[in-house]
Amino acid sequence: MALILNEDEKMLSETAEGFFKKKAPVADLRKLRDSRDEKGYSETLWAEMAEMGFAGVLVPEDQGGVDMGVMAAGLLAEQIGRNLSATPFFSTSVLSATALKNSESELARTWLEKIAGGEAIVSFAIDEGVKHNPLGTETRAERSGNGFKITGRKAMVLDAHVADAHIVVARTDGQPGDRDGLSLFLVEKSVENLNVERTIMVDSHNAGRLELNGVEVTADALLGTEGEGADILDKVLGAGRAVLSAELLGAGSQAFEETVTYIKERKQFGKIIGEFQALQHRASHLYTELELCRSAVFAALSAIDDADENAVKFAGMAKAKLGEVAKLAALEGIQMFGGVGMTDEYDIGLFLKRIRVLQELLGDGNYHLNDFAKENGY
Amino acid sequence: MSDLETFKLETRAWLEENCPPEMRKPMKSEEDACWGGRNWTFASEAQKVWLERMAEKGWTVPTWPKQYGGADLSRAEEAILLKEMARIKARTPLSSFGIWMLGPALLKFGNDAQKKEHLPKIARGEIRWCQGYSEPNAGSDLASLATKAEDKGDHYLVNGQKVWTSYADKADWIFCLVRTDNSGRKHDGISFLLFDMESEGVEARPISLISGKSAFCETFFEDVKVPKDQLVGEVGKGWSIAKYLLTHEREMIGGSGEGLTRPLHEIAAASIGLESGKLSDPMLRAKVAEAEIDEWAFRLTMQRKLAEAKAGASLGADSSMLKYYGTELNKRRHELMMDAAGHDGLEWEGERSSEGKLARDWLRTKANSIEGGTSEVQLNIISKHILQLPGA
Repeated sequence: MALILNEDEKMLSETAEGFFKKKAPVADLRKLRDSRDEKGYSETLWAEMAEMGFAGVLVPEDQGGVDMGVMAAGLLAEQIGRNLSATPFFSTSVLSATALKNSESELARTWLEKIAGGEAIVSFAIDEGVKHNPLGTETRAERSGNGFKITGRKAMVLDAHVADAHIVVARTDGQPGDRDGLSLFLVEKSVENLNVERTIMVDSHNAGRLELNGVEVTADALLGTEGEGADILDKVLGAGRAVLSAELLGAGSQAFEETVTYIKERKQFGKIIGEFQALQHRASHLYTELELCRSAVFAALSAIDDADENAVKFAGMAKAKLGEVAKLAALEGIQMFGGVGMTDEYDIGLFLKRIRVLQELLGDGNYHLNDFAKENGY
Repeated sequence: MSDLETFKLETRAWLEENCPPEMRKPMKSEEDACWGGRNWTFASEAQKVWLERMAEKGWTVPTWPKQYGGADLSRAEEAILLKEMARIKARTPLSSFGIWMLGPALLKFGNDAQKKEHLPKIARGEIRWCQGYSEPNAGSDLASLATKAEDKGDHYLVNGQKVWTSYADKADWIFCLVRTDNSGRKHDGISFLLFDMESEGVEARPISLISGKSAFCETFFEDVKVPKDQLVGEVGKGWSIAKYLLTHEREMIGGSGEGLTRPLHEIAAASIGLESGKLSDPMLRAKVAEAEIDEWAFRLTMQRKLAEAKAGASLGADSSMLKYYGTELNKRRHELMMDAAGHDGLEWEGERSSEGKLARDWLRTKANSIEGGTSEVQLNIISKHILQLPGA
């Protein structure tokens, strides 16, 4: 397990730091939001991310990617988190790329090439209800002709309205709650009986809902083995949660650092407010919690690359920890900024909103505490 | 085969041959530890043999230079040794404030004669040390200590009182902070003295604690004569030695939150039981899960920080972070253990509770966030040295 970055990783992290700060700062998110941008992301930025190899960070070299592993993806996500950059990176390059490369088919390879080239956005449609519940999938896929017919609804589908294709988790067998019987399908945006609704979210990042009213796909749209989709899901959710944790680390750390800067400037009662011990101790506590978070994130990311048997468990543990600490960083930030923290002009509110979304995605703290206890037999 | 691989195999073989079977059983309590010293009575022949063999090998202080009783091991080799010891569940051969606290400070600040005199005896467990830091009016504000050492030509004359001196009643020597100058800033004028606890005018009185134990003492000095060559470093520059040594103490106390012990959920399950595979108290279940994840993240952070610090280097202000979080976590762990133990955990005497072991341990942990600098002092240090907040 690597708790310290090697030279390559350090270099990547520094490159990413410079790239996102310059090309996708918080100001750009404001522009997308204020202009009610139809796409909700910058196509120029995405093209540059493909050129840099970021879009294909998990894509095998045979399909034009750089295949650098989940640690690398996490280091990119950390910088994305610091800048609140709106990009299809997470949906496409992390979730969908992981699903596709674990499903060994000609169609999957084609889409991986498109992802690496920045030519396609592929959303990953898993959740349906108000909370994350992968095994609770109700969406059904029934054999029809030489393919399948899919019916159901999906919620919180990141980048749904700009996606060229969606990977849809559906049940080919069994009941909600069963691990067996899940299957993954690649559904192109142009199919009939598919309704995509963009939902404008609190964090001004892309999300939407899908309604599949008997969407017909051919047999080759099935990714992996019918009924055994849960095995692919483990990989997707493991990588997804670890990378989300890294993005939370970035967002939480940035919120924290901006707060510390602010309390070194703001004066009240003739004093810099950072001189007050009431604030100093809370800031120092938060510093400590964020240090624990960095260890958890590095452990979770590297465990996946090492194919550690505990990798999925670690990812959930990291997600539980990061969700809570990043939230604390945002809450303390708002409180320490005081009145101006409530204004749209200051960025701290944008961090609060984004962190609220990130901690909810693929399971919040409560979900992962419960899951962790179950995994450990209590 | 790499050198480290060879070292691992040799170490494994040596331990297998030399660690007595009795020393491979877990310690039942603090009383099973071997502290050494002039008046030490070994609990068993095995304890004695184990200490002698390890000391002979230089492995009670593996990274110290050979001339001072160590084995000159690199950090990587030390890590292997510790891992191999853990593999066969070998006990620590020697628990010692000399090893954990004084030794590193002497290696850095002591002169040749002092190193030659004291370090080998520490390594062999021949002299047991205690730490004379806190005073009744110098706790968190340690630098306002008042124990006085007057220059009397060939010796210092020490007068004053220390408190919370761990095991002063059992120790042979003390490393002690004294005031040699009162004229300037309170951090200046502090010096670092070593002296024999059998010197005339030294008295140690154990303090009864809430746990019913008396690990700490009040220590009184009345006209104690200390030869001048027993001053470490420069006169009036003892504060930097004190700080260096505290960093080591913090790393040690911070480490006490580390869960080499049984997982919390196992302890809870054994006590209150499971219902349909879940801990029967759902609220406790959530708190246990949260604490276990925090313990995991804390252990990783200890590993990461030690790996980040270059070999042998001190962690600096990050040791405050580890001390703060580790001790708070250990308190939290014991609160949860008490929650899980319920009525049974409240028993204070009798065999069923091993003489109230859980309750006494629980009470002992309350000192974790006070000794070696309170949690609040650690947060001050982080505020000042890491976050660089004004006025901290």
